[in-house]
Amino acid sequence: MSEAPVYSPPPRHWTAAFGAGLLVTLTRLVAGAQARWVGAAPASIQRVYFANHSSHLDALVLWAALPPGLRACTRPVAAADYWDRPGLRGWIARKLLNAVLVDRSSARGGREALTRLSEALAEGASLILFPEGTRGDGITIGELKPGLYFVAKERPDLELVPVYLQNLCRILPKGEILPVPLLGSSTFGPPIHLEPGEGRRAFLDRARNALIALGGQP
Amino acid sequence: MSVLWDQQIIALLSGIVGLLVLGSAVGLVLDRRVQTDSGRLVVANLNARVRAWWVMTAVFVAALATGGIGSVILFGLTSFIALREFITLTPTHRADHRTLFWAFFVFVPIQYYLVATHWYGLFVIFIPVYAFLFVPVRSVLAGDTQDFLARTAKIQWGLMVAVYCVSHAPALLMLQIPGYEGENAKLLLYLIVVVQLSDVLQYVFGKTLGRHKIVPNVSPNKTWEGTVGGIAAATLVGALLWWATPFSPWEAAGIALIANLAGFAGGLCMSAIKRDRGIKDFGTLIEGHGGVMDRIDSLCFAAPLFFHVVRYSYT
Repeated sequence: MSEAPVYSPPPRHWTAAFGAGLLVTLTRLVAGAQARWVGAAPASIQRVYFANHSSHLDALVLWAALPPGLRACTRPVAAADYWDRPGLRGWIARKLLNAVLVDRSSARGGREALTRLSEALAEGASLILFPEGTRGDGITIGELKPGLYFVAKERPDLELVPVYLQNLCRILPKGEILPVPLLGSSTFGPPIHLEPGEGRRAFLDRARNALIALGGQP
Repeated sequence: MSVLWDQQIIALLSGIVGLLVLGSAVGLVLDRRVQTDSGRLVVANLNARVRAWWVMTAVFVAALATGGIGSVILFGLTSFIALREFITLTPTHRADHRTLFWAFFVFVPIQYYLVATHWYGLFVIFIPVYAFLFVPVRSVLAGDTQDFLARTAKIQWGLMVAVYCVSHAPALLMLQIPGYEGENAKLLLYLIVVVQLSDVLQYVFGKTLGRHKIVPNVSPNKTWEGTVGGIAAATLVGALLWWATPFSPWEAAGIALIANLAGFAGGLCMSAIKRDRGIKDFGTLIEGHGGVMDRIDSLCFAAPLFFHVVRYSYT
């Protein structure tokens, strides 16, 4: 556990910079992407944002809801099996979102994924995590996977900011291709930390309750 | 169509700009004079509202200046955004996803296509008959029966209020009124001015003289003094603007009164929905006003009545 340097995002080709701007505009048009900072203020410090997961739009919407300065140094953690594809999707994930792509399929994927997260955190980047691991039904918030606990343990100095994403499951639910343009929102709650002596289960339950407190259903 | 060169339109627009200048000036003076914190909030909201009025006026006039098609597109977008706010706030199920897609991307464009092509016969029944029947059918095919009637009704309500009712405002452009050919843009401007002015005047009378609440459980801001004063004053203005319409002064007063009463009813009903959902505004798009739906709630109820009174009596 050491203080990470200030993150400097990789230089971007102008097409990627333009594409990123377009992506933010499109996301806002399609999904609203209103940001409500109720328990935390936008700040350019290293943080881990963790959110409920119900739609492929989640990472995009949370990322687009951040102020531009924070967006550049915040990297969504995304599933490689969905995002790491040749063509547009892969380009968006790698060049525009600057995503940390993790493999969640293979047996040793878990450990490798944690290594990826550690590396990104060591470089000073903020992360967007979906600790449920997979998209839920959008109504209830599932049990959280241990990834968030390991991050909290490895970097107790970081603020872990709960973010409740609302309506994304109605805009683009699991199994649908066409979005319905309702108004989504991201609510940023008060940061949590791993308490001294707190166990894995207790911490993950507390993190889940932090999401529920912002509007989720148990 | 060079609508903007009509002298009467110029007179109407000059009046609106005059009111906006007056509003901005009053806001500036109040901003200097206000002492208390709660007063400061009211004045800040007032100034935000006036600023938003400048923008809304500019957008509306620009649309009007293009002739018919710009107005149809503007109201089509307004409907789209209002429907978006409405459906966002009225929970639907996962099984309604495809139905909603139809509502947004098929029914809204078709309704405004019918307005643009002056296809009155289908325009007037498309949503109340065809969309009305299609919505439950598409939802039932998704196989979820929980809250079926309520879910279906919410989508139908959204389409009726945000799309069908609002589309009657630009539909004024399709009316063939003898002796008023090519001047219908003024009728649209007249409706918007009277209805929105009624809202503004009800707000002004309510803030200055309001004492007795009408339905405190629904809308704590609606008072007898504000409502009666605002509607009476807006009706008077409607009568004084008779020269821009095919109406006589007395007819203009009667029609403006109908539009204003309907507008009041619209505001009340939409407030009841917001109350039930536990929120203050439908959205945040228009600074100081809330969402688009908050701004056009009175127009939703006033436009169809105005349209049909004019169509029945003057064509």
